[in-house]
Amino acid sequence: MSMLTIEDLRVRVRSRDGMRTIVDGVTLDIGRGEALGLVGESGSGKSITARTVLGLFPRGADVTGRIEVDGEPVLGASRRSLTALRSRKVAMIFQDPRAHINPVHRVGDFLTEALRKHLGMDRAAAARKAVGLLADVGIADGERRLRQYPHELSGGLLQRVMIAAAIAIEPDLILADEPTTALDVTTQSEVMAILGDLRRERGMAMLFITHDLELAAATCDRTAVMYAGQIVECQSSRTLPDRPLHPYTSGLLGSRPSIEAAVRRLPVIPGRPVAAFETGAGCSFAGRCPMVEDRCRIEAPATVRRTEGAVACHRNEELVGALPSEPTVRSADV
Amino acid sequence: MSEQVVRVENLRKEFPGHRGAATVAAVDGVGFELASGEALAIVGESGSGKTTVARMLMGLERPTSGTIEVCGRERSGRPSTAERRRRAREVQLVFQDPFLSLDRAQRIGSAIETAIRLQFPVGRDELRRRTSELLEQVGLLPRHAELFPRQLSGGQRQRVAIARALAAEPSVLVLDEAVAALDVSIQAQILNLLSDIRESREIAYLFISHDLAVVNQLCERTIVMRRGKVVEAGATRHLLTAPAEDYTRRLIDAVPRPGWVPTRSRDLAGA
Repeated sequence: MSMLTIEDLRVRVRSRDGMRTIVDGVTLDIGRGEALGLVGESGSGKSITARTVLGLFPRGADVTGRIEVDGEPVLGASRRSLTALRSRKVAMIFQDPRAHINPVHRVGDFLTEALRKHLGMDRAAAARKAVGLLADVGIADGERRLRQYPHELSGGLLQRVMIAAAIAIEPDLILADEPTTALDVTTQSEVMAILGDLRRERGMAMLFITHDLELAAATCDRTAVMYAGQIVECQSSRTLPDRPLHPYTSGLLGSRPSIEAAVRRLPVIPGRPVAAFETGAGCSFAGRCPMVEDRCRIEAPATVRRTEGAVACHRNEELVGALPSEPTVRSADV
Repeated sequence: MSEQVVRVENLRKEFPGHRGAATVAAVDGVGFELASGEALAIVGESGSGKTTVARMLMGLERPTSGTIEVCGRERSGRPSTAERRRRAREVQLVFQDPFLSLDRAQRIGSAIETAIRLQFPVGRDELRRRTSELLEQVGLLPRHAELFPRQLSGGQRQRVAIARALAAEPSVLVLDEAVAALDVSIQAQILNLLSDIRESREIAYLFISHDLAVVNQLCERTIVMRRGKVVEAGATRHLLTAPAEDYTRRLIDAVPRPGWVPTRSRDLAGA
């Protein structure tokens, strides 16, 4: 049974120039305890997809499709059932913890609020539980931390507090929106390790939003790649880095420099990433694609479910195993 | 052996402590040399002092002690206007966020013309020629000159910032996390541009970054900083394949890649 099902999600938001499509037909599925990485560049619609799961979208947004968490529909749900969803089943972690914690309240107030409100604990029990939660995220001196204010904590420490708050309600699903992007690399490694441990211990599913394809592939069971509001490819993280199915994924893998070798010039994807509302008929990646054919400009490709994974590309058949996953000039050109 | 364009010795910067606490040394005994046409990276995490080093080199921060020598002359004291102009011809800076460093009310072409005129007394035709040459060199089109910063994408704005920095024909370009905020596909384009520029003119880079992969792509030599001090310095390739210091190894191990397993290493009690 799936923990999260999203089917043909479309999100249009109001702008000065009328309604603009941000998410354009996203379909995905996350099983119990499974981690799915959702990777994309700016404007791809990855963040808004995650927020929509919690019913968090801009006022006046036009949202269609189907979202179910543990079999319960989210779109069109009452305020009451949305609150129940947010307080019991699904937790979210954001990129900038400081923007999501009240700076004038102590860490302890922040952590115990949900426990007292949603789980009906008394103050002392909630505090004990909070210290335990902090220990779970690698913070040993929890009692001291509970008395501190957010500004007294480093970014990495504060993100751990946010994760402690997220797991406090013992959710079945965590939505993590670039939770490590603002952190140092060594701190990122620790936060990802903590998230991974907690997920395995508690069987939590995770939707992990990131711009970092390598990070997603290394930490999630499956990885989906978004471009211009659509998922262009989704497959096992074990196979994706070596055998991308979509030319965009291949381009992303190749254009990222490596710590293993340097090349004279990186193979680049020409142009810039576009949002869904900037695309016309045909494949949204056609304008930047090195494999483009005439039909790509006319007809949008449907998502094909292959044994290797799902891909939305007209040429998927001939490109399986043929797309480079790293700069091809690497060995010859150094 | 080419000449050294930057020589930094025993550089120290102290900041007053928070609420009467003891002074904090943000930079503590840092020294390095940058040869003409070379690319040197300063790598570190937040609080390492790498940006403070760059700011002192730019004259935006005054060192507590130590010396900074650029193009054979020591930088000290309060510079006169003429001296400041001369220094601008030696070192130029590109920031992480070009939107903040570009004037939103000034057209792209005009911003670049201003930067040229500050340094070179050229006539109108020559000014036009140099401006379009710079735009072309950073991969922009002549029509971009007529646009305002907000009409460009993030990658295009960073190209403008680079063109404006090159207008002074500096010997050194300081790039402070200059590609960190860019999308992966745009970052690759800008890294290639920076490689191209270095092939076409005599310019040295001081590249401040937290990203080892980016540094490996662009810089021959790397300095690793931590808590104000130099932890390790050497050829980038060597440093990445055979790090001598534990901290350098930890930085390398933290870079996600296929097969990477994130680790919980530190005891966080005192963090």
